[in-house]
Amino acid sequence: MSGTFMGMPAFPKAAHEAVNNPTLRANLRHATHTIRAKRAKAVAEVSDWAELREAGKQIKDHTLRRLDRYLVQLEESVTAAGGTVHWAADADEANRIVTRLVRETGESEVVKVKSMATQEIGLNEALEAAGIRAYETDLAELIVQLGDDRPSHILVPAIHRNRGEIRDIFRQEMGEWGRAAPEGLTDTPAELAEAARLHLREKFLRAKVGVSGANFMVAETGTLVVVESEGNGRMCLTLPETLISVVGIEKIVPTWRDLEVFLQTLPRSSTAERMNPYTSTWTGTTDGDGPQTFHLVLLDNGRTDTLADEVGRQALRCIRCSACLNVCPVYERAGGHAYGSVYPGPIGAILSPQLRGTASEIDASLPYASSLCGACYEVCPVAIDIPEVLVHLRERVVEGGPVVREGNKVVLKPAKGHAAERAAMRAARWAFGRPGVLRTGQRLASGTRRVHPRTLPGPGRAWSAGRDLPAVPAEPFRDWWQRTNGGEKDAR
Amino acid sequence: MSSRERILGRVRRALADVGGEDAPVERGYLRTHGGLDAGRTVDLLAENLADYRALVHRCSEDELPAVVGRLLLEHGARSVMVPPGLDPRWLSEADAERVEDRAGNTPHELDRVDSVVTACAVAIAETGTIVLDGGPDQGRRRITLVPDHHVLVVRVPEQVVSSVPQALERLDPARPLTWISGPSATSDIELDRVEGVHGPRTLEVILVG
Repeated sequence: MSGTFMGMPAFPKAAHEAVNNPTLRANLRHATHTIRAKRAKAVAEVSDWAELREAGKQIKDHTLRRLDRYLVQLEESVTAAGGTVHWAADADEANRIVTRLVRETGESEVVKVKSMATQEIGLNEALEAAGIRAYETDLAELIVQLGDDRPSHILVPAIHRNRGEIRDIFRQEMGEWGRAAPEGLTDTPAELAEAARLHLREKFLRAKVGVSGANFMVAETGTLVVVESEGNGRMCLTLPETLISVVGIEKIVPTWRDLEVFLQTLPRSSTAERMNPYTSTWTGTTDGDGPQTFHLVLLDNGRTDTLADEVGRQALRCIRCSACLNVCPVYERAGGHAYGSVYPGPIGAILSPQLRGTASEIDASLPYASSLCGACYEVCPVAIDIPEVLVHLRERVVEGGPVVREGNKVVLKPAKGHAAERAAMRAARWAFGRPGVLRTGQRLASGTRRVHPRTLPGPGRAWSAGRDLPAVPAEPFRDWWQRTNGGEKDAR
Repeated sequence: MSSRERILGRVRRALADVGGEDAPVERGYLRTHGGLDAGRTVDLLAENLADYRALVHRCSEDELPAVVGRLLLEHGARSVMVPPGLDPRWLSEADAERVEDRAGNTPHELDRVDSVVTACAVAIAETGTIVLDGGPDQGRRRITLVPDHHVLVVRVPEQVVSSVPQALERLDPARPLTWISGPSATSDIELDRVEGVHGPRTLEVILVG
């Protein structure tokens, strides 16, 4: 993944800093609450939402279970339609392929449609190192790029910025990258959008190479789909002579008809619209209309490792709508940067540790970046049971065990730092298997309850710092049951 | 080993636990929401287009040239882009200079054109969406993108369907498609919708019939 995220501190540390930033807290609260209410309204408009969600889940599951077949079919149909298909096992390979393809055009700049896959592989940095300038054209990506910042949301990467901050970034930075911001630019959203329009127009009009991702790829027809709002996507997909699309292998749907589900669920889940302003579909190349050269780079980069995990593979159903971020109480308070990945929020907490493995401090901490409240599962348009995967990944971090990394089976060691938890669980297992020991222990606990400390000593201190210890009853349940014959004799 | 073989091999090993044939996908969702008649479906289209800030006009076939002429005049259009197969009568009362949609037009030339008039392939009432498929009366994708004013003619009720599933059935995936739901917009500033970014900032839809 992107070098920008290397060496990130564990989630608790990063989140601790974020929650103490009042501007960030206010910006996130405002934005997430705005979209939450709108999404609920947009979803309530369609009476068959539950059925659409179930169909979306089943289509994606079916595709993943037959992914090899559909990848080959997609390659055939894209090739037949005039495109060229490349395969990239990891980020470095994808970056090398795109860099080579741009160099072959003789151009030294590209315009980009917002794309999570190219963020994930750090394409802009790789192109920069090869002397190629990549211009982000999505408004929020532009704000992030001009501000030399990191994205903090899947749909709106600059969600952590309010209008005043955006105006300041435009005033200070636009001139460095091309056309400067208009004199007297205010912070009204319409004026900010106009400034972006003027700044980017010259880049669109002269662009010879466009780089995109895709929301969907249709195996039977070879069609790619990009869903967007501003028209920057249409500019990048139709004005350049060469188009290079970098797409994760899980973005396939089998048939044209399958789009009828996702084109209903995605806009309502992401921007809370009946339909987003612009959707572009293209199949290879079309004579005389749009780019005459089309390359599709199919990206693995940890996806097949994720697919190998029977519980975790459901994360690959994700259509990147970001509804789970917008409803998450942890995301709302901690912000996107604390997740140390281009994929923040609940989906990021299960996707990043699977795509990257759990070796780093940040990735091992992400499965814990949740209260397991389940709001994310509730709103997910493809019914990813995020809490289930979080618990599964916590188990993997604590217990270790077999996983697949870069296509190879490896056995993870139990993570350090969970020794006390493991010891406590082992002790519990031992006691629960021995009724006499359990009874003695419970009586001892009840008998001494007046002198119990309010926080745990030693390694338990961190655990009890944010939690209340459960109150111990005066009499163990099993003693009460025996004494009262299950409550039939006098309940006290 | 090529990366293609490596990735396909990884996929197959990852799916070692998956066996047998899958049950077909359950499509329990609706084909349309509401079951409206043709007239009400057109009304719904007009309502949803307007909700996303498209300017909606309704007229008869005979009135169309006058309406197109008036809209171009009101916008102050000195030049108008015309797809090769557009019915010439539609522009018979327009004064603006015609610019033909040609393969050789550069993006900078397109940027100097004020307006564009096109037909469409299909319109979706439930979502307020109009789809262009690059047919002769719609032209290349870029001509409805670079000019700032798009006048779109929809024949009602024959070009209007209720729902997304019905629209996909009518469309040919081999053609490059552009689905348009209102003028360009963004939700990138504080997740609130603002109209008018890179695509045409004024979208005028004429429902003819």
